[in-house]
Amino acid sequence: MNLFASPWALRKRGVVGMNRRNFELIGTYNDRRSYPLVDNKLFTKRLAAKAGIPMPTLLGELSRQFEVEKISGRIGTLDQFVIKPAQGSGGRGILVIGGRKDGQCVKTNGEPVTTAQIKHLLTNIISGLYSLGGGPDSAIIESLVVASEMFEQISVGGVPDVRVVVFQGYPIMAMLRLGTLKSEGKANLHQGGIGVGLDLTNGESLGAVQHNRCITHHPDSGVSLDGIRIPEWKSLLALACRCFDATGLGYLGCDIVMDAKAGPLLLEMNARPGLAIQIANDCGLERRLQAIRDRVAFAPSVDERVAFALDGLGGVAS
Amino acid sequence: MTWERWSYALAAVLLAVAGIAVSMYRQAHTGIPLMPDDERRVWQIEARVEFIANGEPAEVLLTLPPAQDGFLVLSESGASSGFGFTVDRAGPQRRAHWTKRSASGQQVLFYQMDLVEDPQHKITPIAPEWNGEAYFAGPYTTAASEVLNDFLPKSTGAKSLADQLVQAINTEPLSQNMQLLRQGHDAAPLISALLSRAGTAARTVKALQLEDGRRHQPLHDYVQVWHEEDWLLYDPERGRLDETEHLLLWQTGTPSVFDVVGGRRSQVSFSMTSQTQSALSLSRLTSSPFDLSLHDLPIAEQGMFKLIMTLPVGALVVVFMRLVVGIRTSGTFMPVLIALTFVQTELLAGMIGLVIVVGFALLLRSYLSSLNLLLVARIATLVVVVIALVLVLAVVSYRLGLISGLAITFFPMVILAWTVERMSILWEEEGAGEAMVQGTGSLVVAVCAYATMSLPIVRHLAFNFPELNLLVLAGILLLGRYTGYRLTELVRFLPLAKREAE
Repeated sequence: MNLFASPWALRKRGVVGMNRRNFELIGTYNDRRSYPLVDNKLFTKRLAAKAGIPMPTLLGELSRQFEVEKISGRIGTLDQFVIKPAQGSGGRGILVIGGRKDGQCVKTNGEPVTTAQIKHLLTNIISGLYSLGGGPDSAIIESLVVASEMFEQISVGGVPDVRVVVFQGYPIMAMLRLGTLKSEGKANLHQGGIGVGLDLTNGESLGAVQHNRCITHHPDSGVSLDGIRIPEWKSLLALACRCFDATGLGYLGCDIVMDAKAGPLLLEMNARPGLAIQIANDCGLERRLQAIRDRVAFAPSVDERVAFALDGLGGVAS
Repeated sequence: MTWERWSYALAAVLLAVAGIAVSMYRQAHTGIPLMPDDERRVWQIEARVEFIANGEPAEVLLTLPPAQDGFLVLSESGASSGFGFTVDRAGPQRRAHWTKRSASGQQVLFYQMDLVEDPQHKITPIAPEWNGEAYFAGPYTTAASEVLNDFLPKSTGAKSLADQLVQAINTEPLSQNMQLLRQGHDAAPLISALLSRAGTAARTVKALQLEDGRRHQPLHDYVQVWHEEDWLLYDPERGRLDETEHLLLWQTGTPSVFDVVGGRRSQVSFSMTSQTQSALSLSRLTSSPFDLSLHDLPIAEQGMFKLIMTLPVGALVVVFMRLVVGIRTSGTFMPVLIALTFVQTELLAGMIGLVIVVGFALLLRSYLSSLNLLLVARIATLVVVVIALVLVLAVVSYRLGLISGLAITFFPMVILAWTVERMSILWEEEGAGEAMVQGTGSLVVAVCAYATMSLPIVRHLAFNFPELNLLVLAGILLLGRYTGYRLTELVRFLPLAKREAE
């Protein structure tokens, strides 16, 4: 058995490597000054509100210690909400409150949470315990995303999201990311999440990978990962397109969740999206990038770009 | 390829050509060899006398090394501003003599000499004059006689007596008489006094251990024994030394190593570097404008530069390992800094020390993180802990007799604390697994960089031909535009290539 892939075979399949991504994609198309727009979720929310991109509703933000003391008043009327750091990474420092029992907040798994615990978490977030680089941070309180029923079944321990890679405003590749017990509900592939490649033209699943291996069923729930079809595919792609218009980042990853009531919501954006999506889709990025480069001279509307994506990027993605 | 990429490649090639051309010109002009070994070694030795002058006439006398086997003096100088400098040849040994009418405050005097190693160079030893029976004071006299009574019957001459005495003084437990004698005397003077009492000509000498790039070295005591018309050299701990030891005799007679009149808190220390030069350049030894002046720096600084000049090569190794091999390291250039420290500590001792300290600090980190301290306070705590760990490690290893454990003290605190900080931030942000991957990656890259930086040919070229760094720079620039796959990606994307084959 081969331990190494031949570089020529990879080149033939159009696989983009880390160096090429850093130099030709991130270095060429992403302006460093725009990074805070996506790295800080508070900025992202303001930007999205201005551009009309739907996100989970912002219920409150705290950036000073004295605000923490008054928190009971602000969350007293809320049943379901999420607290997260504005500049967090890797899902740390996130608290999900799924409801109330005898007036006390409880997590989605039924575990009760006291107000003192919430205050403690908020203090930690504000002081930068979870922020990149340890600088002071803000805490965000936002509405809880209720995954639509079909997603409820296939993911374990977290809401699944769809990662769409947007190049120069065109969606070029997408995958569904599912949490597992091993990844502690987080959907990041290198932490053990499952990536399900999606057909760009209709949102149907193409095959799933975990830890670089192909799988057919969810390892924890045993649910088949075949024949998944993402609803409202067209509006999901349109949402991803609009993220480019708002940020101007030419190589962008958009994480989108499907809310049972509100439809597709933008969860966050990433200015350095990873390359594992190629493995999940069993397809290299290069040919799709080239299809956009050949076309980019005119600046079409969101609808035109979505139509081009649904058409399989002129045939290369079908 | 676009014009922009061509011009970039061209710039890199020009840099490389410039670097090679300049070094070839200099090679032809100065005759500095390209290879390190086939040449003779030249030692540059610097004695540094420091004292605080009292504000009255100051006078400093420094004993200079005698003519001896294996070394040829090329040049010497006693550069020191404001002081008159002469060399006294009157006494048994030459002495450097600095004088100043009125001096006050901190004074630093340098004496520099260039020596060539020349195994053929022999001098005729001067037979010692019999200096009478050496006296031991009061209670030691009996002990000395008894020790000699033990050994004299067992020895055949000066050499075997000296061998036996050195062995006896280093064998635990010491005999009662020896114990008594050791309490009042250092090893070297004791051995020479015993030998003298037994009627053998012997003397205590001070010598300098020559080791490339050493700074602030003291002189050490050795014993010379007259045997068959020549002096034999003994280390009071290791026994007889042969000629392969790089030892420079500095003081053999009665005058002390240095004397300061009109000053206090005086001290002397020695620095040295060696370089290889062809016989051709030795005979020339002229400085030309193209002889980039690293050799003109004070010796202590030259030693520093020997280390610093290998840094670019280490940086190149890191760039290669990250971009072409694809090893993830924590911090971009931390591996080079670690490699730099390995050069000073020796690889194994350095690695063990580093792993122990960082490992312990990280264990403690998990406890600190449960205290919910703020990041800055947590890292400050780690720095304090690291210092405590280094202290414990140094003391424990010294007590256990593992001198190499002391190597940990060579690690600059900054590098250690920084390593621990980087690793613990990584642990917080990416989890233990990623911290292990990047920590191991850093160590692997550091070892590779160390291996490259300590190659004799690399050290030689980097120091003698600094312009070759342009070549290294060209390599780094070219690697910076490498957009091909990394070696680790060939493993990662294996599923994609497999499907193709089916």
